Amino acid sequence: MTFLICVAVAIVRVKDLFAVAMLSGIYGLLSASLFITMDAVDVAFTEASVGAGISTLLMLTTVAMTGRTEHYVRHKPLLALLVVFVTGALLIYATLDMPYFGDVLAPANLHVAPRYIQDSMREIGVDNIVTSVLASYRAFDTFGEVVVIFTAGIGVLALLSFTRRPEDDAEISSDNISMHEQNMIVRIVSKILIPFILLFALYVQFHGDFGPGGGFQAGVIFAAAIILYAMLFGMGVARRAINQTFVQLFAAVGVLLYGMVGVASMLNGGNFLDYNVLSEDPVAGQHLGILIIELGVGIAVAMVVIIIFFNFADRIDISKHKADKKI
Amino acid sequence: MMILGLYNYWIVVALMMIGLYIVIAQGNLVKKIVGLNIFQTSVFIFYISLSKVDGGTAPILAEGISLYSNPLPHVLILTAIVVSLATTALGLALVVRIKEAYGSIEEEKIQMKDDQEC
Repeated sequence: MTFLICVAVAIVRVKDLFAVAMLSGIYGLLSASLFITMDAVDVAFTEASVGAGISTLLMLTTVAMTGRTEHYVRHKPLLALLVVFVTGALLIYATLDMPYFGDVLAPANLHVAPRYIQDSMREIGVDNIVTSVLASYRAFDTFGEVVVIFTAGIGVLALLSFTRRPEDDAEISSDNISMHEQNMIVRIVSKILIPFILLFALYVQFHGDFGPGGGFQAGVIFAAAIILYAMLFGMGVARRAINQTFVQLFAAVGVLLYGMVGVASMLNGGNFLDYNVLSEDPVAGQHLGILIIELGVGIAVAMVVIIIFFNFADRIDISKHKADKKI
Repeated sequence: MMILGLYNYWIVVALMMIGLYIVIAQGNLVKKIVGLNIFQTSVFIFYISLSKVDGGTAPILAEGISLYSNPLPHVLILTAIVVSLATTALGLALVVRIKEAYGSIEEEKIQMKDDQEC
């Protein structure tokens, strides 16, 4: 934990934005291992793939576009420091009333959680309690989250997308080809690895009922494999392999799949997202519902992350081109 | 006992304040987003440390184990992490557009340009 503080302080001090991005990756990995020590395996899984992987990558692409040095102007940080310290002191004062770490009788552990732990096996029949809460008891919340992610994907599309001319496309792909010959070993190794990464993503997707994992993590891992491919073989090749319209369509299909399960359970006489009515046997219905909505989540997350990365990467190509033309 | 029992929360507060300081005092927009991320992560750690139970294991049902850590905060934070990815991506996209429009991502330079145009 103390490491986390060190890294955070380093982020404040370092001026080089490239180093800041790398440090934030380290920070993500550290907090993921912290989550494991606190028994939150699902959360650690997500944080490792998101915090240490994808968001660092996005930061690096942004830094590549905006320049890596920070022009530090020393204006008065005293006021800011004062605000920060007063708030911090008040918060620490508040923690004096908190239950101690690991307390079994803490109020947070007494209210709804025991019911989930005791009854979820009988009602849902899924080993992983996190999955059953995520996908069944609180399916409505999760639906909201998926829609938020979908909206973010649309937002990035609206901000960064553009229509490219075919002659630009040709120039860009010729750039990429010359770059490839230098990275032969990396290319071959990753060519071997990518199918396994995709397979692992599918395993995480469908094994979420029994172990840690689920749609969110699987989607991110799946997208990471595609991004690896795009980085090593160039955007032109990746764009030919993965059609953008297809990706955008499937992001919507993922969200719709989730919503349709809710509508289907309504049509069968239950409430929205009440899976008990999906099948003769309530537990089998729950299984079916969870499987389908996790699939919807996985598809939506993977496609949105791919959309976000492709749009960022395209921007890099374009800004490089503008610079070339000026010279 | 008190120090050990509350150490978690203090770390959380310290991280949160570092994040807040970056957001307030640093002028660079990319760094501000990193600061926001630190702030978010501190909240995640807070929730997860609430859910930890002494002697409990990860909330995956298995025979012979009766004490599990609280699954509810895990669910909340799991989705929050993915949403934080979405907000980070959106924020960075905005930064890229600002860079294109103003030629800089330093707050003061942007302010100066705005003043000139008025």
